[in-house]
Amino acid sequence: MKYKTYNIVILAMLMIVSLSAQEMGDILIKNGTVLTITDGIKENTDVLIKDGKISKIGKNISASGIKTIDATGQYVMPGIIDAHSHIAIDVVNEATDPNTSSVFTGDAVNPFTISIYRALAGGTTTSHAMHGSANAIGGQCETIKHRWGVMDPEAMKMKGAPRTIKFALGENPMRVHGEGNSIIPRTRMGVEQIFREAFSKAQVYMQEWDEYNRNPNSGKLPPKYDLKMETMADILRGEIIVHCHSYRADEILMLVNVLRDFGVDKICFQHVNEGFKVAPELAEYGAMASVFADWWAYKFEVYYSTAYNAAILTKNGVITSINSDDAGLIRHLYHEAAKTQRYGGLTDEEALRLITINPAIQLGIDDRVGSIEEGKDGDIAIFSAHPLSIYAIAQQTIVDGIVRFDINNDTDDMRLIIDPEEKIDTYIEHIHEHEEMDRCMQDVFQFFAHSHKH
Amino acid sequence: MKKIIILSILGLLVSTMQAQQVKKSTYGDLVLQGATVHTITNGILSNTDIYISEGKIKSIGKDLVLSGDEQVIDCSGKHVYPGFIDGGTHLGLSEVGSVSLTEDYNEIGDFIPHMQALTAVNPNGVAIPVTRVNGITTVIAKPSGGLFPGTAALINLHGYTPDDMYAGFQGVVMNFPSGGRRHRWDRRSDEDIKKAQDKAMKTLDEIWDNLALYAKIDSADQATGNKTLREYQPEYEALVPVYNGEAKLMIEVNKDKDILNALKWVEKTGVDAILTGVAEGWRVAEEIAESGVPVVTGPMTALPGRSYVRYDANYTNPSKMMEAGVKVAIRTNQTENVRNLPFEAGFAAAYGMGIEEALKAITIIPAEIFGVDDMYGSIEEGKVANLFVSTGDPFEMQSQIETLFISGWNVPIESRHTLLYNEFLHRSPGK
Repeated sequence: MKYKTYNIVILAMLMIVSLSAQEMGDILIKNGTVLTITDGIKENTDVLIKDGKISKIGKNISASGIKTIDATGQYVMPGIIDAHSHIAIDVVNEATDPNTSSVFTGDAVNPFTISIYRALAGGTTTSHAMHGSANAIGGQCETIKHRWGVMDPEAMKMKGAPRTIKFALGENPMRVHGEGNSIIPRTRMGVEQIFREAFSKAQVYMQEWDEYNRNPNSGKLPPKYDLKMETMADILRGEIIVHCHSYRADEILMLVNVLRDFGVDKICFQHVNEGFKVAPELAEYGAMASVFADWWAYKFEVYYSTAYNAAILTKNGVITSINSDDAGLIRHLYHEAAKTQRYGGLTDEEALRLITINPAIQLGIDDRVGSIEEGKDGDIAIFSAHPLSIYAIAQQTIVDGIVRFDINNDTDDMRLIIDPEEKIDTYIEHIHEHEEMDRCMQDVFQFFAHSHKH
Repeated sequence: MKKIIILSILGLLVSTMQAQQVKKSTYGDLVLQGATVHTITNGILSNTDIYISEGKIKSIGKDLVLSGDEQVIDCSGKHVYPGFIDGGTHLGLSEVGSVSLTEDYNEIGDFIPHMQALTAVNPNGVAIPVTRVNGITTVIAKPSGGLFPGTAALINLHGYTPDDMYAGFQGVVMNFPSGGRRHRWDRRSDEDIKKAQDKAMKTLDEIWDNLALYAKIDSADQATGNKTLREYQPEYEALVPVYNGEAKLMIEVNKDKDILNALKWVEKTGVDAILTGVAEGWRVAEEIAESGVPVVTGPMTALPGRSYVRYDANYTNPSKMMEAGVKVAIRTNQTENVRNLPFEAGFAAAYGMGIEEALKAITIIPAEIFGVDDMYGSIEEGKVANLFVSTGDPFEMQSQIETLFISGWNVPIESRHTLLYNEFLHRSPGK
């Protein structure tokens, strides 16, 4: 009897949870300076969000009976988008094979990670929860919305966002598989062949299935189903956007050549520290770049870097974004974007595009987010000052028309659940910045602790 | 084979480093004319000239009379600030993070205070020009690792030898036994952490007992003029000045309870201490203030060490300590990105510290903490000419640093990063 009551209570709670997951809000943001990104700056302007979508932008909008935010003297911008992150997932690397295209970070989404809330506290509403860089062909990634408060991992996902996959070049796959397991790739020559082999086999696999599907009643057995092959085939079909961890100019060009040979054109290079050296080639191919504002020198393949990378890429016509790859940086991407003004003199609009519409384009979600336009998702960040100023502080962050962060309603402990095993006095030292570097190799160092200093 | 690879990597480093050296600095009598001068210690002076001569700030004033032999830089509409000081970095001690043979800040051993950071500073490190072009002229280069990882040194970011760069302060570094987890993947049980902490405290006590004896013999020797024949114990030799209160001890400590323990230990031993790190200083700010021990804190942009504290716990930490009465300097604790120091300070300014105090926290306050405020940390006549000219507020990323002086040298605003920009912005051949 008692158990039944519990079950009913739990069921009811689950229903509330799943209902709230689909929740869309109505909000009227009054009288802010609206940085639309795609349509200039609008002073003293209102933004009305209805049912989770931006329904109207203009002056003196009135709407009765809905939540109203007075943004007088404040700056209203689209929610910030991070095209490279590893927050909100419990594991990052399936570091067991040079090709793990059959795994999904979406299977490891953890809506309780406090980093989601902290990202919101810096105006970031959408992130690309990526697989790590241990494998040349890594897992498929998940684009999530920071709907802090929902407890269903499915409800964190941005439904309808295109599929993406992580590729990785250079030191990380070479170190993990070549040095660590004595298998290809140990060099950048080997890395190339991982892609050529996987795509070539996928072409054969596609042909076999096409033949079978032309006459499924022939009595022949269907070809063997292989999820890795399916994934590679979907890349060839243009259904998956490739996001490739890369640093050096030579390896970047290598992948461009491979993709050209196999007719794959949806490519965004990640990190791409030496992208500035081959910016004209990237622009010509239509390859995009998602970069750090200023990270360099933490390993050899980023030694010949420049903080002017984003500016050079932008001025050469490459669609460029600034990403965090880090639970710390994701809290202040607006400052990271502003660094392109110190390093390369980008305009306000160019700098803001790096963290809004450009990452949206790179994730294939620019029809829904990345700018303040009627019909787009009601994802908004409100700042106390111009977000490219060092003195700007995020005031409220809105996802689908629902306030998910409010600086005036921010208690000390914002956790959704408390780990019963966690002791109250647990404190984590951050001894050295290099431990924060290269989150792409998370979950790998543990396995290679004996051979690597981490 | 591995050796060959390492040697060839090093060879590559050296050859390309030379290929991308920046322009030479110049020296001589020079006047910055008509600037807005942010003196730090004497307010903001508008339309003011600064006369730089023989490495020093010779005079400051309106319409200074010139001999005509000086180089004059028109600074109207520009702002002049004293060079920023970072109270804790690995700059100069590391070239490439993951290539351990290029890293010189972490020697083997738990008790090695005699290891000298200054010895290992590479004046030609590529990160040095990258840092100084953002207005950072002076940094602490520190060792890290075990209980006593070595001795840190204050260096100016200009010069061809460590001695040229040395800025007049050295301090012994100590990592106070921690009750925290080392990092997110530190899977030790709470009991194991406690055991390790207790063991480290015991080691510390033993070291201090031995040191007391060593120092006693040492002072007796000094009184008699005889040198008692002793075993070679460089670690104790290095600590004697700390024991005698003649040298400062830089105690790295972050967790609230560890900070309190460290303060107790400082009181017990009577050492002249500086607390560094102090990420949870806001939890025990009153106690730190009461102790009078100064703090070098940062980075503010590090994640809070607990999941259940406010997202801005680290952002607001310096201002909370300052409000309680703690003397607070700001550091990056960085290596290749020490150039972010003004932005760290800007963060602190935005989150409660205010611009004026945040400026002090990277100029005069660290100079005072390290006992070099007679030479550095403000724009005053007679001080070393460490200063820069900016188009605006140097905390704002839109501002550009246009002119830089370190020890009176007019240092070009050039680094590998700017050289690469100039070469690759419009590539030739293009495409």
